[in-house]
This record gives sequence, structure tokens and C-alpha cells, in this order.
Amino acid sequence: MPIDYLPILVMVVVVVAFAAIALTLSSLTGPRHPTAAKLEPYESGMPPFGSARRRISIKYYLTAVLFILFDIEIIFFYPWAVLFRQLKLFGLVEMGVFVLILLIGYVYVWRKGGFNWD
Amino acid sequence: MLTVNHFILLSAILFCLGAVGVLIRRNPLVMFMSIELMLNAANLAFVAFSRYLNNLDGQIFVFLILTVAAAEVAVGLAIIVAMFRARENVDVDEVNELKG
Amino acid sequence: MPILVPDINLRIIAPALIVTVTAIVVLLGELVTPAERKRWLGYLSIAGLVVAAFAAFSLWGANASGFSGMVVADNFGLFLTLTIALSAALSILLSIPFIHAHEIDQGEYYVLLLASVAGMIVMATATDLIVIFLGLELLSLPLYILAAFQREDTRSLEAGIKYFLLGAFSSAFFLYGIALVFGATGTTNLAKIAASLAQSAGSPMLSIGVGLLMVGFAFKVALVPFHWWTPDVYDGAPTTVTAFMSVAVKAAAFGAFFRTFQFALPALALDWRAVAAVLAVLTMTLGNVAALLQSNVKRMLAYSSIAHAGYILIALVAMSANGLSSALFYLLAYTVTNLGAFGAVIALSDGARERLEIKDFAGAAREHPLVALALTICLLSLAGFPPFAGFVGKFLIFGAAVETGWAWLAVIGVLNSLVSVYFYLRPVVQMYMSEPAEGWSGIRVAPLVALALLIAVISVIALGVFPAPAIALAAGGLIR
Repeated sequence: MPIDYLPILVMVVVVVAFAAIALTLSSLTGPRHPTAAKLEPYESGMPPFGSARRRISIKYYLTAVLFILFDIEIIFFYPWAVLFRQLKLFGLVEMGVFVLILLIGYVYVWRKGGFNWD
Repeated sequence: MLTVNHFILLSAILFCLGAVGVLIRRNPLVMFMSIELMLNAANLAFVAFSRYLNNLDGQIFVFLILTVAAAEVAVGLAIIVAMFRARENVDVDEVNELKG
Repeated sequence: MPILVPDINLRIIAPALIVTVTAIVVLLGELVTPAERKRWLGYLSIAGLVVAAFAAFSLWGANASGFSGMVVADNFGLFLTLTIALSAALSILLSIPFIHAHEIDQGEYYVLLLASVAGMIVMATATDLIVIFLGLELLSLPLYILAAFQREDTRSLEAGIKYFLLGAFSSAFFLYGIALVFGATGTTNLAKIAASLAQSAGSPMLSIGVGLLMVGFAFKVALVPFHWWTPDVYDGAPTTVTAFMSVAVKAAAFGAFFRTFQFALPALALDWRAVAAVLAVLTMTLGNVAALLQSNVKRMLAYSSIAHAGYILIALVAMSANGLSSALFYLLAYTVTNLGAFGAVIALSDGARERLEIKDFAGAAREHPLVALALTICLLSLAGFPPFAGFVGKFLIFGAAVETGWAWLAVIGVLNSLVSVYFYLRPVVQMYMSEPAEGWSGIRVAPLVALALLIAVISVIALGVFPAPAIALAAGGLIR
């Protein structure tokens, strides 16, 4: 029934109105006295030195992504390890298939030179 | 006392923040981080519902979603890096050869 | 506490499994294949798809479900599996010469395509929202890379970035929708959701969840107003990838769309049918009107694919057995027709230089009469002229809508088809009526492209002239 959606409509209106009012009010009423200290990224921290936009070698990206990909697979080992005894042979075979597929990915990356820094 | 409602409200707020971030930010990396925020809002909702319903399925889904998110990171960053190499610029407002 | 080992039934996921194994074998093959033999990886991929299609065919009528009710091998899913395998095989036939001409012939191309196919099959046969989500991601992630596969071409990279950001954005909506539905019903299994909703009334949370699911599906099948990524992505991606995703993604995503809404959410039909009807009208109208304004064939076909998504959505609104089978038939017809059209566009390209502006087609009929004829047949079929496949598909869908009391929707669909005739005929007029443009001499159509084109055109005509067997097959394709 369309009337059932009335609460949703009300919520949408309230949310939009709240955001609009909050932004407008603060920009109208708030005082602005920018000083050098206030404009610093960390007002009460260390004085920044050097450029924050220093380039890190793009090669690092590949290493990082490969790490994330293989690292996240560990997550599936936790529940498996907890239940290993109850799952018996079935669990072993399933994990073997899982690791085999990961291993194929590893071999692919290795042969393609994904682990070479230069 | 914290109830499931608090968690769902928090996750809804995170989800909306992520969605707004995707819509108003113009750097693909920041847009992508916002998308990750949306996915993790869903994760939070799954865990909260799982606890509330006494149903472990929700927690298992989080594992799957985390893996999917990691694969998404790899693919997304690879494309963004390739774009950066080709153009030295990744601002989506300047990525506009395709129009019509 | 005893552990319940889920019922592992590898037979019912055999098609997806075969495609996955093929992908892995091709990946390893890439490591040992010298550069000049890469095309063999393409042939190997096609062989894997053929075996997967046979596996799907052998399961016909099995109606078995497995993995704790998460996957099903019903005729609906199998019909879609066959459609997807066909579209992938034809796309690879087109791709082998294409990626060679564009100097991107790497085995990874086929691996990604096959991985995407595996995801599509999973999505089309899944009966659990989480498995649908996994299928969706498995089909999407490789496509993001494929869209950006021409790494030297910033247009291709731009298509990849746009597709990735918007695709991931829509996946997040879809996932949050699943979370809310899970919270409201306590399950993500489609059958259990239906059972739970049959007993208790809905809640606002459920409504929001269902709305988010719809947004996710609408993004994937490119329904207005969630379509704006489509023209840019289809335009920038390599043409063979565009051809593949314009048909196969629709088959998989519409499969899950129908399953979720018609099968799991009939209790909320009053609400979502009205929304879907509005989306269908917007999608058809905007797709066709925008296609009128395009001068580039790829963009025109992109908007045309949006319009076709609108027609198929009518079948969902009808929410009947006939609607379901008409959608299956339409998806098959659209697959062969659109691949034929893209195949002809690829056949007319000159090595790595593609002719994508409609005015470039001037005089093609004189230089390449057969390719021009094939393109004409496919465009007429897309426009819905008899005796081609597209006509039968539209006839069935509009018939299903009239039957269930949505005649006004069918009327809007027919009016839209009439509008679409204009832009589909523009390339035809250019090919037959204009003087030949420069540079036609010396273009030879690659044999594999010719073969794919031949298969597509024969299917378009066969489905149009003798539609009965395919209709019977689709009619048997009901959801279990």
C-alpha cells in the first residue's frame, strides 16, 4: 500500500531538511577568522615538513595489492581451523582445492614476474 | 542498553555517508573509499542482524563480502593506476572524452 | 555440536564448474603459449563453453537443487546458461581476430571473459541472495578489466574507471538491500523469503531493502534512471567486449531479477509492479529517444540496449508464466541479434581502424553486400520487423502484458518500437543509398568474424521463421 511508505517519505524529508538547515545556518552564523595556524592540517600537532604529496614508487602498488589478495584468503582458514576435526576428510579435500586454486594464481603471478621489483 | 536498532542506525548512517561521498567527491580514490564504507556498513548490518536473529549466516556472509571487497580493491586500483600512468591525472571531472 | 556438511551436488553446478576449470587451464596455458599461438587459447575457451553447454543441456528437466538450496538447476536457469554460453562463444569468435588487430591478444582476455561467464551462470542459477551477489561480483569484476583492456587507449581506460565506480556503487546498494531483507525476514534464501512474507506483513525496513535490490538490478541491466554509465562504457570499451556485455550481462541479471521479484517477493507485487511499470516506460522511451540523436553506432546500440531492457521489464511486470517464457525467448533473440549487429560493425572495420560513425557506412552495400545484408537483417530484427527474431520476442512480451491487464504498457512498447525504426534504418539507408566513402578497398572480413556473423544471422532468421521449438523450450523454462 502506498500509504505504508509515508514514514519513509517523512524520513527523507526530515533528513534533507536537517542537512540543508545545518549547512546553511553554520555558513550564515559562524564567524570566520582564518589565521596561519588554523589553516594548518594538524593545528596542534607537529609542524608539517616536506610535501604530503611525495610520490611513492608505483611498483609498490603491485606488491601491496598482491599482499591484500593473498592475505584476505586467510580469513577462510579460521572457521576451517576451528572445525577441522569435525569436518574430517571432507574438510581436508575442500581446503586442498581452495589452496590449489590460490596456488595456481601464485604460479601465474610468479611466472609473469609480479614479484620482481625491477 | 545497546539494542540492534542502534547498530542498524549506525550502519544506515555509514551507508548514507558513503553514498553521499561517492556522489560529491571527484577523486576516484576517495569515491572508491566511500564505496568501501558502504560495503562495510552492510557488513555491520549483517553482523547486527545475525546476533539479533541468532542466525550465524549473517557472520559468514561478512567473510564472503570482505573477500569480494578485496578483489574489488585490486581491480579498481589497477584500473586507476593504469589511468594515472596514461594521463598523469585521475580527476573524474577531467576524465570526459566520452560524451553524448 | 555436529556439523552439517551441505549437500555437495557438483552435477547441478557442472556448467559453471566447467567454465571455471577452462578459465584456469587457459590461465596456465597463457604462461606457456608463445605470442603467435595465442589464438589457440581462444579456441580452447570456445571448446570449454561448448562442453559447458552440453552439460547444461544434459541437466534439462532435472530440476534439482543443491548446496542447502542455494543453487538450482531448473530449466529457467539452464535456458539462460545456454544463452550466456552461446553469447560468450560468439563473442570469442569475434574477439580472436579483433584483439589480434588491436595488439591486445593476451590469454588473460579469454580468462577474464570465461570468469565473467562463470559468474553469470552462478547468478542465473542462484536461489539465495548472497549467491546472487557473489555471481554478480564474479561477472562484474572481470568486465571492469575487460572494458579497460586497451591500456594504451585512454577512452578504454575511462570506460573501465566509470564502469568500475558505478558498478561497485550499485553493488553496494544491492548488498545493503540484501542485509535489510535478511534483517526483516531472517533469511536470504528466496524460497524461505517467500514463505516468510506469506505469513507476516511487510515492514518499512523490508520495503527499503527491496527498493535497494531493485536499484542494484536496475543499474546492472541499465534501466532509466540508472542508465547513465551505459553509453560511455559501451562506447569506450573494446567493441567485442561491448558486444559481449550488452547481451550476456542482461541475460544473467534479468534472470536473477525475475527470480528474486517474481519468485521471492510476490507478496509485495502490488508495490514493485507499479514501480517496474514506471521504470519500463521511462527506460523504453528515453532509450529510444536518445538513440535517435546518436551519430556513433556504438552509442546508438548502447541506447538501443537500454530500450530493450525496458521491453524485457514489461515481461516482469506481467508476472505470469507467459511473461517469464517470453522474457527468456526475448533474451535469446536479443542475444543473437545484437551480437550479429556488433559482428557486422566489427566486420566492416579496417584492421585496427574501426568505422563507428554512421556516415562511415556510406556505400558499404556495394563493397560488402553480404555484411551489409547481415547488418540490415539484425537492425530490422532489433526494430521488431517480421519475420525476424526480434518481432517474435516483442510479440510474445506484449502479448503477455495484454493477457495480464497491462495493455497500456504494451501500447507504449509498440509506440516505442515504431520510433526505433527510424534510427535502426539510418545505417541501412547509408549503406544502400549513399555513394561509397573513401578507403573501402582492400578490407577483408576475417573468417572467424564471418562465421560468427553467419551463425548469428541464421539464428535471427530461424528464430523468426520457426520460433516454435525455441518458444516451447522457453515455455518449459519455468522457475522451479
